[in-house]
Amino acid sequence: MANTKTDSSQTTKADWTSDQEVRWCPGCGDYSILTALQLLMPELGVEREKTVFVSGIGCAARFPYYMNTYGMHSIHGRAPAIATGLALARPDLDVWVVGGDGDMLSIGGNHLVHALRRNVNINILLFNNQIYGLTKGQFSPTSEVGKVTKSSPIGLVAKPLNPLSVALGSEATFVARTHDMDRAHMQEMFRRAHQHKGASFVEVLQNCNVFNDGAFDAITKKDARDDMLINLDHGEPILFGSEKQFGVMADDGEVSIVNVDEVGQESILVHDENREDPSRAFALSRLSETPDTPTPMGVFRAVERDEYAVSLKAQIDGVVKDQGRADLNELLHSLPTWEV
Amino acid sequence: MTTFSILDVEIQEIEGAKTLFGDSLTTFPMAMVILDPYTLESSWILDTADRILSHFQGADVRVALVVAGSDPEGAASFLGPLPDRILTFVDRERKLVKELSVKSLPSFAVVRQDGSVLGIAEGWNPTEWRELADNLAEMTSWSRPEVPSSEDPAAYQGTPARGTVSQVIPTDAELVEKVIIRFAGDSGDGMQLTGDRFTNASALAGNDLATLPEFPAEIRAPAGTLAGVSAFQVQISDHDITTPGDAPAVLVAMNPAALKSDLHLLVNGGTVIVNENTFEERNLEKAGYSQNPLNEGSELDGYRVIKVPMTELTKEVCKDLGVKPRDADRSKNFFALGLVSWMYSRPVEPTVEWIEEKFAGKDLVIAANKAAFQAGHAFGETAELGDQRVAIKAAPLPSGTYTSITGNTALSWGLIAASHLSDRPLFLGTYPITPASDILHELVRHKRHGVMTFQAEDEIAAIGSALGAAYGGYLGVTTTSGPGVALKSETLGLAVSLELPLIVVDVQRGGPSTGLPTKTEASDLMLAMYGRHGEAPLPIVSASTPSDCFDTAIEAARIALTHRTPVILLTDGYLANSSEPWLLPDPSSLPEINVEFATEFNQTNEDGDGVFWPYMRDENLARDWALPGTPDLMHRIGGIEKEDGSGNISYDPDNHGYMVDLRQERVQKVQVPDLEVDGSQDYELLVVGWGSTWGSIKGAIGRACKDGYKVGHVHLRHLNPLPNNLGELLSKAEKVLVPEMNLGQLSKIIRAEYLVDAKSVTKVKGVPFTAAELDLVLRETLDG
Ligand SMILES: Cc1ncc(C[n+]2csc(CCOP(=O)(O)OP(=O)(O)O)c2C)c(N)n1
Ligand code: SF4
Ligand SMILES: [Mg+2]
Repeated sequence: MANTKTDSSQTTKADWTSDQEVRWCPGCGDYSILTALQLLMPELGVEREKTVFVSGIGCAARFPYYMNTYGMHSIHGRAPAIATGLALARPDLDVWVVGGDGDMLSIGGNHLVHALRRNVNINILLFNNQIYGLTKGQFSPTSEVGKVTKSSPIGLVAKPLNPLSVALGSEATFVARTHDMDRAHMQEMFRRAHQHKGASFVEVLQNCNVFNDGAFDAITKKDARDDMLINLDHGEPILFGSEKQFGVMADDGEVSIVNVDEVGQESILVHDENREDPSRAFALSRLSETPDTPTPMGVFRAVERDEYAVSLKAQIDGVVKDQGRADLNELLHSLPTWEV
Repeated sequence: MTTFSILDVEIQEIEGAKTLFGDSLTTFPMAMVILDPYTLESSWILDTADRILSHFQGADVRVALVVAGSDPEGAASFLGPLPDRILTFVDRERKLVKELSVKSLPSFAVVRQDGSVLGIAEGWNPTEWRELADNLAEMTSWSRPEVPSSEDPAAYQGTPARGTVSQVIPTDAELVEKVIIRFAGDSGDGMQLTGDRFTNASALAGNDLATLPEFPAEIRAPAGTLAGVSAFQVQISDHDITTPGDAPAVLVAMNPAALKSDLHLLVNGGTVIVNENTFEERNLEKAGYSQNPLNEGSELDGYRVIKVPMTELTKEVCKDLGVKPRDADRSKNFFALGLVSWMYSRPVEPTVEWIEEKFAGKDLVIAANKAAFQAGHAFGETAELGDQRVAIKAAPLPSGTYTSITGNTALSWGLIAASHLSDRPLFLGTYPITPASDILHELVRHKRHGVMTFQAEDEIAAIGSALGAAYGGYLGVTTTSGPGVALKSETLGLAVSLELPLIVVDVQRGGPSTGLPTKTEASDLMLAMYGRHGEAPLPIVSASTPSDCFDTAIEAARIALTHRTPVILLTDGYLANSSEPWLLPDPSSLPEINVEFATEFNQTNEDGDGVFWPYMRDENLARDWALPGTPDLMHRIGGIEKEDGSGNISYDPDNHGYMVDLRQERVQKVQVPDLEVDGSQDYELLVVGWGSTWGSIKGAIGRACKDGYKVGHVHLRHLNPLPNNLGELLSKAEKVLVPEMNLGQLSKIIRAEYLVDAKSVTKVKGVPFTAAELDLVLRETLDG
């Protein structure tokens, strides 16, 4: 939900930048995400004092310190829960949650799932670098099978989580993916997330150049993008490739990549982000298992559902409207009383 | 004689709309019959009231029934179809009654258009009623009604208009000072409800009382087994009491398992009332009896045993009502309640009324329960139990308005009160856990006070959401029991670091792990003190009685909000579920909680510009608090160590040392009132207690002091920081005892803090100390 700026004075990136020194490793993908957002905020027409960034712990979670807004750097995994309380108490605020893949899908997985399910009005940005950055390089719940890390020297054995599948399985109403190499695309996704009423979830593929460098190179490098990134545009057939020679086809509940020439243009799936049933979006989220095959980018799902705080507030307001506000005296006399 | 202020009294129409009494007068005078639905006296007058009021319905008079001390539903069930014909008001808080200075009910009152009183006839005094009716007829040029008519009852006095149920002490009853009764049965037998109803009727009869409900851990333990026994103990008295009593004088055992598990608690020679229908082979076997204890020569020898075929008699009275035998079986607890109500001369109306209200819409259930209740009552009267009947006079409690309250309800109300007093809306983030869940159930009903409740996905999210709401300016609260506190500990540390107000309520239960989830214990004191990583001190308060939970909740909120700190409030399963009569406080006497928010810059930077530093402090070391939404004061807070003042991240060793000391000092800054010594002022032995042991300690000390022992008692509401004068009081004692429902946690703190030889008295069995147990220890300590 947008807090439209009442004050007409325009802000710039500088107004959204705090006086704190940014402490990510040089070259970290987090920088470009920060810049994208600081540049976007003035365009959203929101007020700094009405904006709050809440985070857990991790490199990504340092984010709030660098935004000249209200902010809380909390504890590992709990940001969605804290943000939920804040958003319920203060629907006038614009609440953002930022965290890493470990923060939100491992220790905080439960909170993420329930924040999405409830459709609390918060914008959740998950910086997925497929590694534990802050603790210096252990595998994360999104690391791929076989990955060699400090804590998996012979290779990781467990299957990773797919963040978008998790979000869609959690009844999320807005689910999108973007990556740190494309500022315009990030800004578009963040703008859409901000516009959406209810919980929005954006996965940002983020390069950790120290512990997992190049994890997304195969798909996000400029020369790879045409063939490896599948842009999802609402109402458009899902096509990709330099000549738009590839497409996505749906068949019997599954989606697959096809050669347009072979199946014909009319067989290509037209993207519908508003589809109530999440299974198509889910199928799209499963299109690539690892970031070395063609990977969809964009808004997977954007549907409307009652926002939690609004519904909760409506219940309270409804009771107050029907029965009036109560004072202390009435409270004390709400059970049978007797006089001595 | 004229009281015009009645015009401003708020009353409620039975349909629910509230209005000022003055607005209902219109251009006509008002003739009213005022009734008390808790009394037979008022019910006897309904036909008369109907006749007189209906008579004036065509005249230039407004006529109305006024039901005092009840809500609309209660009034509706009391009046039956009358409100369809006659305008009916509910005077829930008896304000109108007070303003009219009516002393007894029923009464007939006529008020002129300007609010002045034409006359009031109190009780059923036919002559006075007739005079007033005649005056009214004359004033409005209308015919006179027939008062009294041949159908009217003979004259009688009313009941006190301000609400006490007149406890009629029967002539055949022996007066006793107090009695302890224990209701025990299978968890499906409704013993909690039975005990609760008995307690309520006793409260309305003006007795002082204290209760101890005991639940089995399993919701549905196999029927008839020892594990499935649910019990409710209540002590009722004609004087001030502090505990549910030591050994019960009467045990109501609804099945063999209840008898088996609770008989040992009974005083020697006590009375056992059993439902003899349940003493058949299968049940006996399940309870572990090889032969029927109701037969001669059993463990029941030496007790007075009253065998009553409750199941059979209940089924019999229900048969004519068309209730199926299986359904009738469920009403047998009302039979027991009726019998015990007769034995203790309890007023019956509140129970009858409660049945009607509680089961409204289920006519058969109402009929069955009422029939069983009345049958039980009649059984007492007709069976040869004459010498069993006793009565307990009303206790000389301080005058005022009372309600019967459990600790969990009082705590919920205290939180709501704190929200009013601080002008901060209340947010409860919680996850269900026994014995704390009832606080959620209570608070969720109070949306009219703006209360927001949030049932989170787990305890960590519960405290997280409460902290988030607190950050947004709410009074943030999370409620739980020991296992939940363990989960919340990391977030508590964050709250200590963020210096935000937050209340964590720990309703303690038996541990470790799942332990005894439905039983009481007070073993989380060290968890509250030290159960966090790092040096993370925080204030701790604890409640000592069910009603004290109200004041303690307000105190917790005061500390949290004015000192910007998380506070742990400790209660326990016993306080949570037990109840006591509570003299309602005057809301205007409750202290306001003043919360100030930062709205301006509080520092200047090198360039001479104003800036906001979140960790600037007041004289209590509470930091400046700017809510999100405050223009220009944007700032970031977090769990990483920060520089005092600016709040900037700092890894400087000296700064950390400074901050660790400062957070400790912040707790010491909490003002704690000095302790007052109860019992002997020139004590040799000082008993230091905390939490729910208050009642047992007080009872024990009363007995010991009476026999000349020099024992003093101090009870700690504030466990961190401790009261300033505790050290001095301890130094005056030759001996110090600390009774606790743990292995000596407070005694360790006292020994460490004051270097005194505080001896620990422990009981960790899931049940509170009895006064007798402690009395013995006191005497042994001083004699030995
Ligand atoms: C309760 C707790 N457990 C563990 C940690 C250590 N820890 C800090 S960040 C982190 C993982 C960070 O990974 P991720 O969330 O992916 O963030 P990134 O650093 O990669 O941005 C861990 C395990 C902690 N701070 N708190
Ligand atoms: S460790 Fe990785 S994620 Fe963390 S700041 Fe450095 S590059 Fe970025
Ligand atoms: Mg990571």
